[in-house]
Amino acid sequence: MKTDLSPRMKTALYGLMCVLLIPFVFPTWWMITSSVKPISDIFAFPPDLWPRRFDFSTYAQVFELQPFARQYWNSAYIAALVTGGTMVISSMAGYAFARIKFPFSNAIFMVVLLGLLIPSEVTIVPLFQMFLGWGMINTHWPLILVPIFGAPSVFATFVMRQFFIALPTELEEAARVDGLGRFKIFWTIALPLAKPALGAVAIFTFLHSWNLYLEPIVFLSSTQMFTLPQALTQFTDAYGGAMWNIQLAAATMTAIPVLLVFIVAQKQFVEGLAHTGLKG
Amino acid sequence: MSQPLQAPHKPPFWTIARRDAAAGYVFIAPQLIGIITFVLVPLGLVFWYSLHEWNVLASSFNFVGAANYQMLLADPNLSQVLLASAIFSAGLVVLNMTLALLLAVLLDQKLRGIVVFRTLFFSPVVVSLVAWTIVWSFLLQNNGGINGLLSMLGIEGPNWLRTPTTAMISVIVVQVFKNVGLNMILFLAALQGVPKELYEAARVDGAGAFKQFRRITLPLISPTILLTSIITIVGSLQVFAQIAVLTQGGPGMTTTVLVYYLYQQAFQFHFFGYGSTLSILLFVIVAVLTFVQWQLRKRVVFYEN
Repeated sequence: MKTDLSPRMKTALYGLMCVLLIPFVFPTWWMITSSVKPISDIFAFPPDLWPRRFDFSTYAQVFELQPFARQYWNSAYIAALVTGGTMVISSMAGYAFARIKFPFSNAIFMVVLLGLLIPSEVTIVPLFQMFLGWGMINTHWPLILVPIFGAPSVFATFVMRQFFIALPTELEEAARVDGLGRFKIFWTIALPLAKPALGAVAIFTFLHSWNLYLEPIVFLSSTQMFTLPQALTQFTDAYGGAMWNIQLAAATMTAIPVLLVFIVAQKQFVEGLAHTGLKG
Repeated sequence: MSQPLQAPHKPPFWTIARRDAAAGYVFIAPQLIGIITFVLVPLGLVFWYSLHEWNVLASSFNFVGAANYQMLLADPNLSQVLLASAIFSAGLVVLNMTLALLLAVLLDQKLRGIVVFRTLFFSPVVVSLVAWTIVWSFLLQNNGGINGLLSMLGIEGPNWLRTPTTAMISVIVVQVFKNVGLNMILFLAALQGVPKELYEAARVDGAGAFKQFRRITLPLISPTILLTSIITIVGSLQVFAQIAVLTQGGPGMTTTVLVYYLYQQAFQFHFFGYGSTLSILLFVIVAVLTFVQWQLRKRVVFYEN
């Protein structure tokens, strides 16, 4: 299928890809450039691909209208905790299910896999009641505990298990002969080898936490506690109309850091996620 | 743990195998306890709640048996909600899988700079979901960018998010462009795993590009197609933020999908009992779809490694 293409074929392919790219790239470009345009220029027609005048005052207004720095911190530390926690829990569980023989391990694995079958939306009402009972409504606990220990981490465990199953056994056996315990083997041998899978788990866990929307609007009520996705929708005027330039500036600030990390670590992202393609 | 000294002929209680098994339980304990606490117990509770008439504002909590389920069947909105969910899921899956496969085949070509194209097609995946949705809601307004572009071609575009027929299409398209990159990457990885000799052999036999794709590529990547379709369908049933930001379920109820309806009933109208009944409905739909897809695997998937 992929042999040397004729030059005409190549040009046609490039052209096709450039046209297809428009809906993928234009919205982000529009978001970034519009966020530094004065409001009158946002609706200018035909649209300017590059701002005619720059107006950075919207970026200051984002922080004046809402405790945006605080909300940024909320999202960042929650995502960091969830990512770290999920990596620990899912690599341990994935390793045990793949490499350790213990009674009922298959039955327990089936129970854990149920988490994949039950979307967190199904259990949102009882979770709300449980966290209400524990006095954790309008705290960040539900946004940290449920992703790390609940259904969202099951996919991570599954990915880790698939990876550990495929690892050759010789290294571990040598370590056992040397008298190393399970935890030592896991920590010093298996885990360092699992970096690609851990990277994949880290990426999708981070993105999942960063994008959570239903859970924050159910569990959080005060602006100080809000996370970014929730905060983004709050920039409205007295009549409920969207303050577009401010909303776009806030959206840009939410999107840019992840986008930059992605551009720098593009290869890891793509290969990492391809890794979760569940081969084997 | 200390161990009592044993007579030499008896093996010690704390053997390596047992210690290993204990380590296994320790390793899985956090995950297992988490699943029980945050998934299985809530699932039991949601079923229990669904048997109750529970209005939080009136602080009523009465056992009513199957009454909520009867109410569900009589709910005049239910058919519209299920229709909206079905249209969304079907439209999303068909568009997403087709586009993902097309892009994966395109990006599998040996062309200079292909990595740049891959990066760009994938980039919306890492743009924050609500940010992406907000930009599109801006572009799709009546006086927004999309209609601006159309008017340059002399077409008067509809008010995309406020017209019943176009609102659902808009939500689907916005979601497809956001996430198709994920499936695209999974397909690309699968395509690259297809042995190239097969194509050589087929070419010798005189098979054209389309026949090669149908007879070799599709069967060999069918496990990936099945898995991604399951993930995509289950994911499509969970759509919420896009609806909340783009249309709030409107116009009318044309984009009120099941999760959005569930959210409205439980957290806006405070009918927790009925909201729980809707949760059970969602659970059953997800379970049935997953089961059907796994069964399909036997008939559709030609190759499993």
